[in-house]
Amino acid sequence: MSVLDISDLEVYYETESAPAQAVDGVSFTIEEGENLGIVGESGCGKTTLAKAIIGILPDEGYVNRGSIEFDGKDLTELPDVERRRYKWEEISMIAQSAMNALDPVYTIREQIVEAIETHRPGTGRTESNEIVAEMFDLVGLDPERADDYPHQFSGGMRQRAMIAMALALEPSLVLADEPTTALDVIMQDQILKRIGEIQADINSSMMVITHDVSVVAETCDRVIVMYGGKIAEEGPVEEIFGEPYHPYTIGLKRAFPNIRESDQDLLSISGYPPELTDPPSGCRFAERCPMATNECRTVEPKAHHQDGLRTYCHYADEIDDGFRSRADDPKTWKDTEAARSAQTVAEVND
Amino acid sequence: MSDTGAPDVSDENPLLRVEGLQKHFQINEGLISSLLRATMGKEADYVHAVDGVSFELERGETLGLAGESGCGKTTTGMSLVKLHEPTDGRIEFRGMDLTESDDEELDEFRQNAQMIFQDPFESLNPRMTVYDTLAEPLRIHDIENETARIRRALEFAELQPPDHYFDQYPHELSGGQRQRVAIARALVLDPDFIVADEPVSMLDVSLRAGVLSLMERMTEEFNLSVVYISHDLSLLRHMCDRLAIMYMGEIVEKGATEDIIENPQHPYTRSLINAVPVPDPDVGRERVELAGEVGDAIDVPSGCRFHGRCSEYIGDICETDSPSLEQKAEFDDDREVSCHLYDSCGKQS
Repeated sequence: MSVLDISDLEVYYETESAPAQAVDGVSFTIEEGENLGIVGESGCGKTTLAKAIIGILPDEGYVNRGSIEFDGKDLTELPDVERRRYKWEEISMIAQSAMNALDPVYTIREQIVEAIETHRPGTGRTESNEIVAEMFDLVGLDPERADDYPHQFSGGMRQRAMIAMALALEPSLVLADEPTTALDVIMQDQILKRIGEIQADINSSMMVITHDVSVVAETCDRVIVMYGGKIAEEGPVEEIFGEPYHPYTIGLKRAFPNIRESDQDLLSISGYPPELTDPPSGCRFAERCPMATNECRTVEPKAHHQDGLRTYCHYADEIDDGFRSRADDPKTWKDTEAARSAQTVAEVND
Repeated sequence: MSDTGAPDVSDENPLLRVEGLQKHFQINEGLISSLLRATMGKEADYVHAVDGVSFELERGETLGLAGESGCGKTTTGMSLVKLHEPTDGRIEFRGMDLTESDDEELDEFRQNAQMIFQDPFESLNPRMTVYDTLAEPLRIHDIENETARIRRALEFAELQPPDHYFDQYPHELSGGQRQRVAIARALVLDPDFIVADEPVSMLDVSLRAGVLSLMERMTEEFNLSVVYISHDLSLLRHMCDRLAIMYMGEIVEKGATEDIIENPQHPYTRSLINAVPVPDPDVGRERVELAGEVGDAIDVPSGCRFHGRCSEYIGDICETDSPSLEQKAEFDDDREVSCHLYDSCGKQS
């Protein structure tokens, strides 16, 4: 059964000009116990999506359309008071920067106990302290350090404390926003392993938001690749990292070195994401895509379903007719970049 | 550029030779704590951030410094370009000992050694235009043909057309463009040596490859020697000829990149490589979890500094004898390892 069912969701931010369409018509589900990865670059809408789900959008952000069904209830329809009950107890979030997410003037224990007692009134202090000790144990922290302040912890310990806090109420959905980006590889490895163990223990589902494709490859069952506020491609992790259909996914996969391979030819996706206050009418990726045609620039692509993948690309059905091999060749991307850069020079000189 | 009268001995010497580099930071340096310490007759505590690092860097060579947060890699990098004054040890640049150089020699060194920082949002002055950012080092060193040099550096960094960027401020640029400006600023003085500290970790994935290939091109075209500092071994494997793995202020293993990644020998190097996630769900990674983290380097452990976390601990010798970084009888490549697991072959670095 789906824990989360998002349908045609639009999240906008008010700006001085037109609203920025940060999330634009996104639909997906997360099943019980499933790990879903959301991959994309800055500004693709992945963090906005998480904030809309847990209900912590800033004042200028609002859900324009669509529904976020959690446990059969549409969260966007609930009044704030009821909504707050879900926050942390049913849906919790591990923020990217534990340094900023923890309050510097309270001890770690006080912060976790506060979360427990707010959501479970009547929980005695002894019981809360037991939960703190248990969670500290689980994330590999010494329970005796619970009375320390955040500044007394190292970066890795803070991130663990954050995880302890996010999991203390055994939520059914955990949103992890770049949970290990600020950490070095060894700490990242420890934390990812720990999250996996605890999650299996309490059988929660998780949405992992990151720009690091290797983290997703190792922790998730299914992946959504987002670009410019929309889903570009979605599917099982093996397919997305095996033989994806969308040129953006293909590009991302080739954009960063893999430690297991020597002499890789890296691929660089030139250009910048679209302006979300005035998004292009066709495919959002068209402007940076080396394969783009006039159709791509004017007509929005519909979903193409094959091999368990949902791909928003006009040419997904021609993938084997040389489309993938061209998209997978760094030279294709380089040539496009050179052509476009020559064009810019010409324009500026005019 | 050797018009300072200093003998140019660049042919016989490596570009850079570092010997026993140490950088210790005193802690509790404040007035009250130092008075208290004096009255109680206690010695000051030091963080041994870098504690005896030695290596050589040839012209055109790229070396990667890798290790966990707090292993001293950034402090090493900053000491190399004289942003830190080393506590002890020698740094020779083209045979010239920097610790004994006079102002004029240091001035020449500073023209030749540049640094690229991790965060282009912080390393560029928000109140300076791109033109002024690049002009400042030229003015400091009294170099002529300002505009032509700036134009060439921006063109090289693929900021085309360069004049278009002259009057822009950092906030008008994207992260990738800012890092390109930082690279152009490093190149405008025509340096021989660059230290790049996590040059792409703050950039978006889609832009990283572009900046990395720019840096590869820069190394090749200008025959630059570069020290890359990163905890990301996938990146270092891609960029570097040689690697030095650091732990608690010391180098524990160094050698050719391929030898080290394909066949790591120090137990710490193995754990570090094992911890790197692989972007391929079909590759099952053997996970040897390395517990704990680098301790604070104040009370440095006796013997091998890694012994408390080591999976190959072989007995008292690990706790009592500090292993030296040397070539071992077991390996026929030119790698050096500091570990008691292997037999010394007498050749010490």
